[in-house]
Amino acid sequence: MLGFLLRRLIYSLPIMLGVALVCFGLVHLAPGDPLMSILPPDASADLQAQLIELYGFNRSYPEQFVTWVWRALQGDLGTSIASNRPVASEVMTAVANTLRLAMLATLIGFVLGCLFGFVAGYFQNSWLDKFASLLSVLGVSVPHYWLGMVLVIVFSSILMWLPPGGAGPGGSSQWIWDWEHFKHMLLPAITMSVIPMGIISRTVRALVADILAQEFIVGLRAKGLTNFGIFWHVVKNAAPTALAVMGLQLGYLLGGSILIETVFSWPGTGFLLNSAIFQRDLPLLQGTILVLAMFFVVLNLIVDVIQTLLDPRIARA
Amino acid sequence: MTSLNAAASPVLPLVYERSAGYWETVGRRFLRDKVAVGAALVVLLLMVLAVFGPWLAPMDPYQSAMLKRLKPIGFEGHPLGTDELGRDMLTRLMVGAKLSLFMGITPVVCAFFIGSLIGITAGYTGGWVNSVMMRTIDVFYAFPSVLLAIALSGALGAGITNSLISLTIVFIPPLARVAESVTTQIRERDFVEAARASGASAFTIVRVHVLGNVLGPIFVYATSLIAVSMILASGLSFLGLGVKPPEPEWGLMLNTLRTAIYSQPWIAALPGAMIFMTSIAFNLLADGLRSAMEIKQ
Repeated sequence: MLGFLLRRLIYSLPIMLGVALVCFGLVHLAPGDPLMSILPPDASADLQAQLIELYGFNRSYPEQFVTWVWRALQGDLGTSIASNRPVASEVMTAVANTLRLAMLATLIGFVLGCLFGFVAGYFQNSWLDKFASLLSVLGVSVPHYWLGMVLVIVFSSILMWLPPGGAGPGGSSQWIWDWEHFKHMLLPAITMSVIPMGIISRTVRALVADILAQEFIVGLRAKGLTNFGIFWHVVKNAAPTALAVMGLQLGYLLGGSILIETVFSWPGTGFLLNSAIFQRDLPLLQGTILVLAMFFVVLNLIVDVIQTLLDPRIARA
Repeated sequence: MTSLNAAASPVLPLVYERSAGYWETVGRRFLRDKVAVGAALVVLLLMVLAVFGPWLAPMDPYQSAMLKRLKPIGFEGHPLGTDELGRDMLTRLMVGAKLSLFMGITPVVCAFFIGSLIGITAGYTGGWVNSVMMRTIDVFYAFPSVLLAIALSGALGAGITNSLISLTIVFIPPLARVAESVTTQIRERDFVEAARASGASAFTIVRVHVLGNVLGPIFVYATSLIAVSMILASGLSFLGLGVKPPEPEWGLMLNTLRTAIYSQPWIAALPGAMIFMTSIAFNLLADGLRSAMEIKQ
């Protein structure tokens, strides 16, 4: 187990380095001199030289990359051009907001996805199975930003049950655990939950069908085990994979929430990315993407480890 | 049994009954699948709309009318109402098929060629070449696809070409991975071994034995990626990173109509319904092809 953990950890290191390289490259992919977006148009040559020195643009790319990674390791992601605040603190606040949303969405998606998946897998080719399959196709096909708009139309514009956007009453972005704030979270979380629901229900259906076709189920039935007892065996066998898919979906939602956050004006990483792109705030863009991608790599690692703990067959394979 | 019979009746002329070929079987299975055929028809209809949309549409998609802004569905002369500049919605939805489908399909087609090339090369060569190529691909897997698409087009700047480039980059890694895993499986098969033993060059083996077996599964996977690509491409336009106004494109229409969400909610939702329909059709088509070709996911 320890060997597996170590191997998996070492395997992630080059990936992390690669991710950092891609994020670093993004700035140099951008058209024009990255400095031009920082400098006021009437800047003196003196100020220009000073800034070039400060950002290290006069050094070679490898040198710049190493400095950037070294600073990032110490938690310094540079300063936002637009707000003049440290990128790291801006990103962390936004990540906390997005994480809250993504976790609720994953939870909803997991519960509904497992429900549909189990029902479909148990009653294969029945109308229940067809209905669940239809739901999962709809779930993976729906443009989620559009679904968000439709939910706003129905629940905010017509029924007036839930607020159309923002993170709290009166446009405050301060989070408090009460119903008023939770109401703001509901629509974006439901919108987000549709994709994991579709994917998890597909996975669980295939898993359940696969497990039920195995010989040990026949053996258990012959032994006289009740249906509920067999159900428990199916759950135990399906859990590692289902949980792994759920973990990965959380990572996807964390990075993929930008469109939904734009629809609901949710103050998370998507909102931050959006403003970074349109204000050409490159350090902020770079930092946000780096943090999100690293989150995803670490999450992958955790998912792998948990899966191995739940199902020791994987480590031995 | 058959060999015994053949030996017992040597006077009978041998009649080889041609058994149905692989693609014939696949075609028959596909045609029996009602859902898949329906999805294929919808895709065909959308293609027709994309090619002939400007001639089929009743009005001019750019003709605005300040006095007829945001008219409801069923308004006189505008069966699907008008948008925020008084342009006919039905016309714009029909003409919009061209750009929307172009933006959604082109990246997958480009990524299909580049990804297959990378995957087949890595899979067939094996060894350290494979390791280097696939570990590089793994790096891109660390980015959720939506994030990578938006980050790339955000850094490159808005516009049609930049959107196409960033989406192509997003779809190369998954296609390369599928191509690599299928090629690795084929490489171990006996007929490849036999071809190599008979002196065929690597190029000939890939062209004759590998490509024919590998392209089918990659193609099916690419079809299912078009559904994702449609959503992402329209999403980029929705954010203002893709197509620029006043071009009719569904994602961009969804963006500009957001302000109308309280006055004409159903008109504002129409372009999204088109994206949804296209994406469902491609997903169901891919599912149908997959089961007709008996490909395991």
